[in-house]
Amino acid sequence: MSGFVSPFLVHSAVQAITPLLLAALAGSLCAQAGVFNIALEGQILVGAFAAVAGSFHFAGAAAGVACGAAAATLFALILACGSTMLRGDAIVIGIGMNLLASGLTAYLLRQMFGVSGTFDDPRIIGLPALRIAALDRAPLAAAVFSGQTALTWLAWGVTALIGVGLFRTAPGLRLRGVGAEAGAAATLGVAVGRYRAATVLGAGALTGLAGAQLALGTISVFSEDMSAGRGWIAVVAVMLGRNNPLLAALACVLFGFADAVGLRLQSLGMASQLTDIAPYLVTLAALLLGRRPRQPA
Amino acid sequence: MRRLRPPAAVLAVTAALGLGALLVAASGADPLTAYGAIVTGALAWDTLPNTLNWAVPLVGMTLAAAVPLRGGMVNLGGDGQLVLGGLVAALVPLALPPAPGAFIIALAMLAAVFAAAAYAALAAWGEVRHGIPMLVLSLLLSYPMIGLASWLVGFPLRDHSSGLPQTVLIAASARLPELGAGIGGGALAMLLVAVLAVVADRRLVAGYALRMRGLNPRFAAYGGVRPGRQALAAMAISGGLAGLVGAILVLGAQFRFTDGALLSPGFTWSGLMAALLAGGEPAGAIAAALFFAVLQTGAFAMQRETAVPRVLAMILQAVVILLLAARHGLDRRQAGG
Repeated sequence: MSGFVSPFLVHSAVQAITPLLLAALAGSLCAQAGVFNIALEGQILVGAFAAVAGSFHFAGAAAGVACGAAAATLFALILACGSTMLRGDAIVIGIGMNLLASGLTAYLLRQMFGVSGTFDDPRIIGLPALRIAALDRAPLAAAVFSGQTALTWLAWGVTALIGVGLFRTAPGLRLRGVGAEAGAAATLGVAVGRYRAATVLGAGALTGLAGAQLALGTISVFSEDMSAGRGWIAVVAVMLGRNNPLLAALACVLFGFADAVGLRLQSLGMASQLTDIAPYLVTLAALLLGRRPRQPA
Repeated sequence: MRRLRPPAAVLAVTAALGLGALLVAASGADPLTAYGAIVTGALAWDTLPNTLNWAVPLVGMTLAAAVPLRGGMVNLGGDGQLVLGGLVAALVPLALPPAPGAFIIALAMLAAVFAAAAYAALAAWGEVRHGIPMLVLSLLLSYPMIGLASWLVGFPLRDHSSGLPQTVLIAASARLPELGAGIGGGALAMLLVAVLAVVADRRLVAGYALRMRGLNPRFAAYGGVRPGRQALAAMAISGGLAGLVGAILVLGAQFRFTDGALLSPGFTWSGLMAALLAGGEPAGAIAAALFFAVLQTGAFAMQRETAVPRVLAMILQAVVILLLAARHGLDRRQAGG
């Protein structure tokens, strides 16, 4: 067993957590503001594509990350406007956005880079792994903290920031008020629509970072539909955390480890088709164990 | 989800075509040539059977999405149910002893429908009994099924004489016969299902009860509808339809289960969009599905002739849905004052 839980496993778990965490934070923020955001999946995909395109064109990982965040924010504009000014159904908009993201990235992949399936090019510059030399003697600590990307550090920093901002500041209180009781918040002079739209856009930027980590973090490629359900796992994390971003982060840690265990089993010779299922099975189990008591319809 | 008036849908389609034209023009191609290639590619006399064969599974997956949608529920797990149906339909003829072809076909289709219905009902059971939202649960159940099927045909059930992860070919006698002119036998089955769906929606008590649930679940429950049982039934029908589509594709076109072959055309998602376009109303949803089938088969021709990628069809579909969602909201705002 000690051979199974290797520093390598922990390292790949921490890597796997980052995109989930960023997306789950985005989803939690939206849920707190009263917007059910199921477009996370599509936003991650848009972010991943733009990150790869940006890194390729501007020859830099930082430019790629900026492009990923900007593109996903722009994309989130659909939900931001659709669910506030236009009062559309967030679920229908979310489904539409996910499919649009899938189609649009596949279309642009062919038109911009002339390839289909996977875009792999040495000119796509990945995020550098930040090594911490001082930890070389503590393998487990090194596995967690050393060799991670700046985005991983940023993700956990943002988690803390959101925890404080949401529960300890006045704008955070207003944001929660907008979600909990929009009418009351409006009576107190809070601009409900503006709070919601801003939250959805901010969440878009976070999911864009998630996409950037996915596409530039460990490998530097873009493949069609590479988000592969991570946005939906983030939605589950939000549900399990009862919209609390800190609890959702905890759920992401669990899912990230499931992902890493799957990778480890694969290296032990298990078929990838089976190990790829692992995160979904853990997610399903977590849903069943973390369920709320039955509510009347 | 209120039923949409046709003009709103027509408007959304027109606007989407306009936006699509901009996208095509921006990537350096001529939009008119591209759209022309779609129309001639789908509706020319000799390509019509092809378009119809493409429409059969698409209409099936549209109805699979429309049934729960009519009651205000969403089934996102169509991919998993489709794969399960296809896999069962591919395995039953291999497992049965020699028997008349019609018997094997009927048994394989029934088995596929029931297996997929049971799997889909699992998502409803999770919501009814455990309060796990069906929307998310149905999708999350889909991934393990796809992975499991992929592993099964990759290893234990693989036809080792072929280079691909797929099952052994079904005997010629156990394949769905053609109707003639290159139209597959599945078209007949789907026509029957489509008529049944429209009749059930307009004439049967169950259809009325489901519609009422979609309009107002509490009113439906007050009227004596048992919400839990109704959710289970709606999801079972939805999954059964997806399973039927899988069986039709395997028994009528592919003759074996090949990893990924059922999912690559994206029938599930196109079907969901067609169903959304009509708010779950079956006749409108079928019309939307036929329109999407023309768009998609035409897009193959467009890709051949103009080098504009055929995923353009998917973009157009998604834009239609997004425009409708927004338009829908505008209507509601005007109605609400």
